[in-house]
Amino acid sequence: MKLSKNIAFALVAVAAGISVTGSAIAAEAGKHPMQQKWSFDGAFGKYDQAALQRGWQVYQQVCAACHSLKYFRFRNLGDMGYDNPMIKAFAKEYEVAGEPDDYGDETVRAALPQDAFPDPFPNENAARASNNGALPPDLSLIIKARHDGANYVYSLLAGYDDAPAGFEVTEGMTYNAYFKGAQIAMASPLSADLIEYEDGTPATEEQMALDVVQFLNFVAEPKLEVRKHMGVNVLLFLLAMTIVFYLSMKKIWKPVKEGKIFYDDK
Amino acid sequence: MAEWEAVKPQNKALAWFEERLPILGLVNNVVGPGTPSPRNLNYWWNFGSLAGIMLMIQIISGIVLAMHYTPDTAVAFDSVERIVRDVNYGWLIRPMHANGASFFFIAVYIHILRGLYYGSYKAPREVLWMLGLVIFLLMMATAFMGYVLPWGQMSFWGATVITNLFSAIPLIGEDIVTLLWGGFSVDNPTLKRFFSLHFLLPFVILGVVILHIWAKKVSDSGNPLGVEVKSGADQIPFHPYYTVKDAFGLGVFLIIFAYFMFFTPDALGHPDNYIPANSLVTPDSIVPEWYFLPFYAILRSITFDLGIPFTDITFVPAKLLGVIAMFASILLLFVLPWLDSSKVRSGAFRPAFRKFFWILIVDLIVLTWVGGQKPSLVIAQVAGIEFTVVNLGLLGTIYYFSHFIIVLPILSRFEKTLPVPESISSAVIKTAS
Repeated sequence: MKLSKNIAFALVAVAAGISVTGSAIAAEAGKHPMQQKWSFDGAFGKYDQAALQRGWQVYQQVCAACHSLKYFRFRNLGDMGYDNPMIKAFAKEYEVAGEPDDYGDETVRAALPQDAFPDPFPNENAARASNNGALPPDLSLIIKARHDGANYVYSLLAGYDDAPAGFEVTEGMTYNAYFKGAQIAMASPLSADLIEYEDGTPATEEQMALDVVQFLNFVAEPKLEVRKHMGVNVLLFLLAMTIVFYLSMKKIWKPVKEGKIFYDDK
Repeated sequence: MAEWEAVKPQNKALAWFEERLPILGLVNNVVGPGTPSPRNLNYWWNFGSLAGIMLMIQIISGIVLAMHYTPDTAVAFDSVERIVRDVNYGWLIRPMHANGASFFFIAVYIHILRGLYYGSYKAPREVLWMLGLVIFLLMMATAFMGYVLPWGQMSFWGATVITNLFSAIPLIGEDIVTLLWGGFSVDNPTLKRFFSLHFLLPFVILGVVILHIWAKKVSDSGNPLGVEVKSGADQIPFHPYYTVKDAFGLGVFLIIFAYFMFFTPDALGHPDNYIPANSLVTPDSIVPEWYFLPFYAILRSITFDLGIPFTDITFVPAKLLGVIAMFASILLLFVLPWLDSSKVRSGAFRPAFRKFFWILIVDLIVLTWVGGQKPSLVIAQVAGIEFTVVNLGLLGTIYYFSHFIIVLPILSRFEKTLPVPESISSAVIKTAS
């Protein structure tokens, strides 16, 4: 009786400790992000391939003008439902630095599936020069690098609105309630029918934001599906193992509980 | 000390080997049927073996990570990303190691608190207790240096804040910091020496764990009743009884561990550590991992110099006082066996002690919360006077120290304890009458 009370207390204490850490992390400026239901949430979550492909289109045609994706390789598109010839075709549209030629001069070549997605700018200074002094962050880990990342990026993209009366927006900045300090150097990047989806889905601002977040979540963690799939199997195995151990323990301990086992006469 | 029970294998070759190196005897006498153990150990006694298993999980997953990780500021962050993206099962090994650290600390914290409640530090187990504290200190150093290795923003700024603490030490502080850094700021030499030490220290921990188990063998396990074993009737063999009980506990613990590892691998980390280290951008708030929060709270709660009031004379500046308080909060535990001189060992027979124990637990939870908040955060405002997180931290710190320095010595003198049973067997075994 007392033991179970103690265990309950310990669990509460541990849970309190964890939620304390969580709230410590949550202490961030900016409006609380709008909560969306994502297909990749939960223990059985999976990426939505159609959304991934649309998001990839949004990234290519909109975000890639300013934002790099340095950890994303063209071959990763394979996990988004594209086959090898299609991946090669995607890559071929981009140029990357090649080996020096026989005279030692620098060359460029068409990208291959193993290449990373090329940066839009040669270096940080060039990126800042083209963006009013602001540096567009690399997006490969943006979902993991922000608290409640998927909802945050979605809210940021879909949450542009007019500044409330009395709010001074600095020259060259745009009001966005979800961004820390409520002003962001990126003007609203999405607008209805900015692109034409290959699958014919109407390209609303909301749709594009949802799709590109799905894609960016995939870029941040391409192994999400295999992780969750294995997790379910591991938990089932551990559960079975634990039950077997529990039953063994009950059986082995029975004579001890009855006071029949002593160290002397083992 | 329990007697050493030799093993005589039937197999001739095995017997020949056993005579020359009694390795089976060692197993038999440490976790085998030849190891007498109190018959009444409850589930709180599971956490020692759990901590040992977590140490092994950390060493094995860490060795695999070290095969792929590159300790160089230019590529450290990239190499971690390469591990989780391109190395076979790297996506599994890295969260295992990162969450493994948290679960190692969970096991060790419960193990320590169990010792506090049941008086495991009392004679004749003082050395056993102190070796445990040495392990704890080594773990903290190892975990801190490990957190620096991914070279994210929190890695870099955590390293900067913690190494800077040593600059508070008079006279030699600055030199110590330069030595830790290997230069004049946290940079490539810092990362490389932290990697080297992060690889080394777990094996030092393993060595001290062996001493810890040896000391346990000499003084025997304590038990929830706190009365020493008097006869074989008080005991049962470790194997199979406690091996199977530990196995069951391990199953439960691994289920929780696996849940975090597979379904919320980043919940115990900080999102800022997915931003590469940048010495020009300070994060909003620099927060250590959750298992350091109470100590971080103690460090930050001291915001005043120690000197003669109403004069400019300062003996100990606030920063140094904070550092002293933080280290003292752990070093204090080394003298706990002498601070608490109560003859009754177990909290089960000490009603007043038990109340203060739970107050201490609440105090530690409060300090954990305080450590994660911004120091200037106002909790309450009464009559124009602001009560901030730091104020709460100071109260928590004062209680923490008072518990050990004032409450326990007084309790051990004046507390009315409950009658202690004559022996384990008389208390536990229901006579079949």
